Amino acid sequence: MSESVPPEVRPKPAVPAKPSHVAPPSSVPFVPSPQGTGGEGQGSGRGSALLGYIGIDTIIEQMRKKTMKTGFDFNIMVVGQSGLGKSTLVNTLFKSQVSRRSTNWSRDEKIPKTVEIKSVSHVIEEGGVKMKLTVIDTPGFGDQINNENCWEPISKYINEQYEKFLKEEVNIARKKRIPDTRVHCCLYFISPTGHSLRQLDIEFMKHLSRVVNIIPVIAKSDTLTLDEKTEFKQKVRKELEACGIECYPQKEFDEDMEDKSDNDKIREAMPFAVVGSDKEYQANGKRILGRKTPWGVVEVENPNHCEFSLLRDFMIRSHLQDLKEVTHNIHYETYRAKRLNDNGGLHPISSSGQDTQESNL
Amino acid sequence: VTLSSRNHSNMLIFLTCDFQDKQYVGFATLPNQVHRKSVKKGFDFTLMVAGESGLGKSTLVNSLFLTDLYKDRKLLNAEERINQTVEITKHTVDIEEKGVKLKLTIVDTPGFGDAVNNNECWRPITDYIDQQFEQYFRDESGLNRKNILDNRVHCCLYFIPPFGHGLRPVDVEFMKALHEKVNIIPLISKADCLTPNEVKKLKDRVRDEIERFGIKVYQFPECDSDEEEEFKQMDKELKECTPFAVIGSNTVVEARGQRVRGRLYPWGIVEVENQSHCDFVKLRNMLIRSHMHDLKDVTCDVHYENYRAHCIQEMTSKLAQDNRTDSPLPLLPLPTPDVETERLIKMKDEELKRMQEMLEKMQQQMHEKDQ
Repeated sequence: MSESVPPEVRPKPAVPAKPSHVAPPSSVPFVPSPQGTGGEGQGSGRGSALLGYIGIDTIIEQMRKKTMKTGFDFNIMVVGQSGLGKSTLVNTLFKSQVSRRSTNWSRDEKIPKTVEIKSVSHVIEEGGVKMKLTVIDTPGFGDQINNENCWEPISKYINEQYEKFLKEEVNIARKKRIPDTRVHCCLYFISPTGHSLRQLDIEFMKHLSRVVNIIPVIAKSDTLTLDEKTEFKQKVRKELEACGIECYPQKEFDEDMEDKSDNDKIREAMPFAVVGSDKEYQANGKRILGRKTPWGVVEVENPNHCEFSLLRDFMIRSHLQDLKEVTHNIHYETYRAKRLNDNGGLHPISSSGQDTQESNL
Repeated sequence: VTLSSRNHSNMLIFLTCDFQDKQYVGFATLPNQVHRKSVKKGFDFTLMVAGESGLGKSTLVNSLFLTDLYKDRKLLNAEERINQTVEITKHTVDIEEKGVKLKLTIVDTPGFGDAVNNNECWRPITDYIDQQFEQYFRDESGLNRKNILDNRVHCCLYFIPPFGHGLRPVDVEFMKALHEKVNIIPLISKADCLTPNEVKKLKDRVRDEIERFGIKVYQFPECDSDEEEEFKQMDKELKECTPFAVIGSNTVVEARGQRVRGRLYPWGIVEVENQSHCDFVKLRNMLIRSHMHDLKDVTCDVHYENYRAHCIQEMTSKLAQDNRTDSPLPLLPLPTPDVETERLIKMKDEELKRMQEMLEKMQQQMHEKDQ
C-alpha cells in the first residue's frame, strides 16, 4: 500500500514548483449559465458555455473511492529527550497503541549511547479508510552529556528515505506504487522549562527544518500555568523567528489567501502545548482521557486544559494530506534536484538492481 | 573537646539530681551558654543550588526562605546562551526570626547542563567548592583567626528533572564529582507534572540508581536509641521519602478559603505546603528546622577534613620530593612560621590535651556518683 501519487504533471527539477491540483480544496461545481457567458466559473475565463451538466465534479468522489481502496501511508517521526512523553502522545493522537513502547519494551530500557532510529508500523482503519502508520522513534537524542551533532543520525535517516524513493523513481522498470518511507512529519518535543528554547532545540531545528516538516510541540505542558504557557509560547516563537527557523506550515508554501489565513491562525497558536495520556477517568459524568493528580484531573481533550485537540485536528483532520504533499513536492524535490546537480545526472538503473550509483550523503 | 550537646532532657536530669550535691560543679549549663553565645553571634549557612535552567531552582529558594532573591534577574534567550559557560553567582540575605539571625548565602550555577556539549560542566562548580575550602584552610592556619569568614558550601540541592525516567548521565556524573566535597541533597523538581504513581516510581528508580552508581548523597543521621518512638517514626518516614519531590511558587492563590502559596491550573490548585501535594514541607523542615546544624557539622568534620588531609598529604609528598625537612604546618604562600611560633603552638596543643583529660576525669567522677 502506498500513497496515491499526485498528478501526472511533475514540476521541473531545478525549481521546486507548486503542484497543480486536480481538484481545488473547496471546489464549487461549475454552474453552467444558460446565457453562455460562463465567466464566473472556476479557472475558466471566457470559456465555452456548457449546455448541460457533464459530471466533471464527480472526479472528487472517484478519487475518494480510490483512496479508500488503496489506503495510504503516513510516516511520523518523534524527536526529543527521553521522558518527554513522545510515545504516549503518539498513542493518544492515533487512539491506539502504535508507538514502540507498546511492542517489546520495558520502562527500564537504558539510554542508548548514540541516537538510534527505531520504527514501528501499524495499520489502523477508520470509516473504511486504511492507514499504514509508521512511527519512527529516536531514542538517545539529547540524552548524553555531549550532544554535539546528535541530529546527524536523524538527518542521515531522512535523506536515506529520500534516496530510496529516488532510486525507485529513476528505475527503468519501476513499481506501480513506490513504497513511501519518507518522513512526512517530524514532531519535535520541547521541554517545558518556561524560560526559552534550549540550544539543542535550536541546533536541531536549524539543521532539519529545510529537510523535513517540523512541528514543534511543548511536551508535558501540565507543568505550566496559563500565563506561563502564553509567555513561553511567545518566547519560543520569537526565538524561532530570530534564528530564521521555519516550521510547518511554512509561510512560503501557502497557496492562496484562504490557505494563508488558515495557516496564519495555526502559526499564531504554535507551538502547541500538549499533554498526552492513555488512561481514562471519570469526570463530569463522562469517561475522558486524562491524568489524575491530587489536585484535579487534567483532561487531554479539553481545550481549556491543553492544546492536544488543536494539534490533532490540525495534523490529522485538516493537514494530513498537505503534510505528505509538501514532503513530496518540496522537500523531496529539493533533495532530488541537489542529487541530480551533484552527480551530473543519475543514470536510470535496470530493474535487476545493479546499482551504479552509491548514495553519497 | 566535645560535650554531648544532645537533648536538653539529659541535662535537666543532671541538674535535678545534683543540685543539692556539694560536688556539683555546674558545667552542665555549658550547652545553655553555648546556645546564648551563638544566638548573639548569629548563624551563617551557605546553600548551593544546581541543575539545568528552567527546573524551578530560584522559585524553590524563594519559597523556602520566603524571600525574593532573584528580582533583578535577566534570563538569556537561546541565542545569547550559545556561548554561555557555567557561572557561579552568589546572593546573600540576612534573615532574622525570633531574635536569631541567619546570614544565608545562596550560590547559584546558571548555565549548568544547558549547552549542547556539557562535558565537565561541573568543573567550575567543583573548583568553586575547592576554592572555599582552600580559603578556609589558609585562614585557619593563619595567625589571626578571630574573624574567619566561613564561605564553605554546607549543602547542595541538586535538581533532577521530572521528565525523565530516572537519573540521566549528566546527573550521575555531576553527583559523583561532588559527593565527596559537599552534602548533596537530590530533589525531584516541578513535581506537579507527575501523578502520585509516577512520583513513587521515579523516586524508587532514582534511589536505586543512586545506590547502583555508588553516589554518596547526604544521609540523615541515625536517631539516638533513646529518642521517642514518634520521633523515630517521623525520621523513618523522612528517610523513605527521599529524594523529595518538590514544587515551588512565588505566587499566592486562594484555595479552600485560605490564601496559600500555590500554582493555579485550570484543573485545580497545587498547594506548595500541602503534604499530600508535594514534599516541600518535609524538605523545609529537614533543611532548616532539624538538620541545618548537622549539615554544617558534616561539612566541617567530613568534607573539609577530607580536603585538608588530601591537601596536606599532597604537600608533604611534594616536600619529600624536594628533600626538605618535614613541617607539620601547611606551606601555602604564608609567612613562614618561625621556631618561636612553632613552640607556642606545641605548648597550646599540650595544654588542650591536659584540659581534655581533666574534663574526662570529672565526667567519670560524676558518672560514678550517679551509680
